[in-house]
Amino acid sequence: MKKIYVSLILVVSMLSSLFLAGCSVKEKEEEAQNVDENVIRIGVFEPMTGASAAGGEMTVEGIKLANEMFGDVLGKKVELVIVDNKSDKVEAANAASRLIEKNKVSAIIGSYGSSLSMAAGDLVKSAKVPAVGCSPTNPLVTLNNDYYFRVCFIDPFQGTVMANYAFNELKAKKAAIIQDVTQDYSVGLSKYFVDSFKELTGDKNSIVGMTSYNTGDQDFTAQLTNIKQTNPDVIFAPGNYGESALLIKQARSLGIDVPILGGDTWEAPEFIDIGKEAVEGAVFSTHFTSEASVTDLSRKFMDAYKEKYNKEPNTFAALGFDDYLVILDSIKRANSSDSQKIRDAIAQTKDFEGATGYITLDENGDAVKSAIIKKVKDGKFSYLDTIQPK
Amino acid sequence: MNFEIFIQHLFNGVSLGSLYALIAIGYTMVYGILRLINFAHGDIFMIGIYTAFYGSVFTPLPWWMVFIFSILFTGIFGVILEKAVYKPLRKSPRISILISAIGASFLLENLAIVVCGGRPKAFPIPDMFNKVFYLGNVSVVSLTFYIPVITLITLLGLLYFINKTKTGMAMRAVSKDYEAASLMGIDVNKIISITFFIGSSLACTGGLMWGLKFPQITPLIGVMPGLKCFIAAVVGGIGNITGAVIGGFILGLGEIMLVAFLPALTGYRDAFAFVLLIVILLIKPTGIMGKNLTEKV
Repeated sequence: MKKIYVSLILVVSMLSSLFLAGCSVKEKEEEAQNVDENVIRIGVFEPMTGASAAGGEMTVEGIKLANEMFGDVLGKKVELVIVDNKSDKVEAANAASRLIEKNKVSAIIGSYGSSLSMAAGDLVKSAKVPAVGCSPTNPLVTLNNDYYFRVCFIDPFQGTVMANYAFNELKAKKAAIIQDVTQDYSVGLSKYFVDSFKELTGDKNSIVGMTSYNTGDQDFTAQLTNIKQTNPDVIFAPGNYGESALLIKQARSLGIDVPILGGDTWEAPEFIDIGKEAVEGAVFSTHFTSEASVTDLSRKFMDAYKEKYNKEPNTFAALGFDDYLVILDSIKRANSSDSQKIRDAIAQTKDFEGATGYITLDENGDAVKSAIIKKVKDGKFSYLDTIQPK
Repeated sequence: MNFEIFIQHLFNGVSLGSLYALIAIGYTMVYGILRLINFAHGDIFMIGIYTAFYGSVFTPLPWWMVFIFSILFTGIFGVILEKAVYKPLRKSPRISILISAIGASFLLENLAIVVCGGRPKAFPIPDMFNKVFYLGNVSVVSLTFYIPVITLITLLGLLYFINKTKTGMAMRAVSKDYEAASLMGIDVNKIISITFFIGSSLACTGGLMWGLKFPQITPLIGVMPGLKCFIAAVVGGIGNITGAVIGGFILGLGEIMLVAFLPALTGYRDAFAFVLLIVILLIKPTGIMGKNLTEKV
């Protein structure tokens, strides 16, 4: 037995030394590449695999489209360095530090998913490289971090919008919450929904049930059976599109027929593919709709997107598109590819015309924008309403 | 909790437990014959699901033909995998084969990401598996009836095969001693291939049921079921097929009942499986049905 351990340790140490040696060689090669002065690098870290893969991929489609349409700034070519953060917090931090240290990017775009963005928060702060998130909606992403910005609204607003919808449109008096405890997005959004719903109903006991699951879970029957006993008028269940679709499917087959509401992550084609007729009638808030486009750029974006990808444009592509343009505009105003100067220019972004609307960043670096409410109808996401920020 | 709710939880638990049991059977069988913990079992399971998915999307065949084809294909895939990654190491220390299994598992996962893409796909469900029945206030999806039946048939069929047929006898002989078995005129390579064929076909059967129950398929779909069913196999006594079924039911029912009776611990549902593993290893390392074997590792 002992022999095995000794040989194992030897093997591991040999392998790791090989690996480390390999790394240092590679680093030198990449440093050599970095000398090219005529290129400005923008790093993109998005989930291309794992539980949030669809969201990341849609976002990257938008970013690539923007890069194709507007590929130059200050007479230099803009190069995208895209890395996969695998929908994993640890990998997200690795991806961000790779962008900063190896690829020496001037600014960073990303990421879909609040937890993933927060994993990179301290890194961009200490490296003083500005990051602009496309769709992380948890307030903590930008709070106390001068180098993190975003082009979307935040969850206190989104939670209020959905609570208002439940109370005013659905006339709900009792709500139940099902949250994904491993996602800061889901936990945060649930909390704001609860606060707002309690205030609207004036009833401290209006939240009749609260239960949780983890990203990657497939079976929700036990939690749903518990929720069923509490007889809510509405269920609020923000979470990844995949888990949420399975959850709704299982809820319907357990005989739970009350409306189920969620957040912006639900807008992925997979949500409908997996949930099929079970997700009919699901209502959620999001950032963009092609039915009520707001700016000239929206139309340009939609036409270009349809032409390039041959499908209907979506929220996350639009946010990725805007994110890239905000950074590009800031580089132009800063007149430099220096990260610190770009950061200062991003912070001053005001009334910038994007595909999702006019973007003005507040003192925390958050965009103040209107929310769109959508509903799944006949196997499609259909536009219900636009809610203006207060 | 009233009686109806309890029955609902019970059905949920049986449904999940029988699924774990079905996947654990294949896991434990390969171990029982070859003394090899096949960590790639969860990934063979994934290959099976993807085969069925592409089969039903790109061919006009009826679903049952696609299912039969995927089960056979996955079986053959398992045989090839054994020839490629385990056979060259058959004379090496067991730990090398174990590491090789982990390597194969990573390879398959990443290959699937490259070939099939990281975005989830929706597994098509034939109508007969998706009907909902109501017994009073208790609702049951028809699939809940099929899975335990399939699990039971598989269990009995496999027990018969291993204990009553000539090939089964040869498999048992191989599990005791490769060399002595080959001296007795048994073609060890053939027996190992058969074992892998059956084990992988079972993984695929489990995978198809998993896909029907949770129709979201991703390249990493096999990881969690692989772990859970490994635990189920250990709890039941690894190498023992009846034990794997018992372990699967304990795990499935345990997970559901934990949430049912202790809602405050809902977030620790997955932890339940791992706590169970630790407890079993401390109290009865050989598992519920396991016999004391001389340790070969």
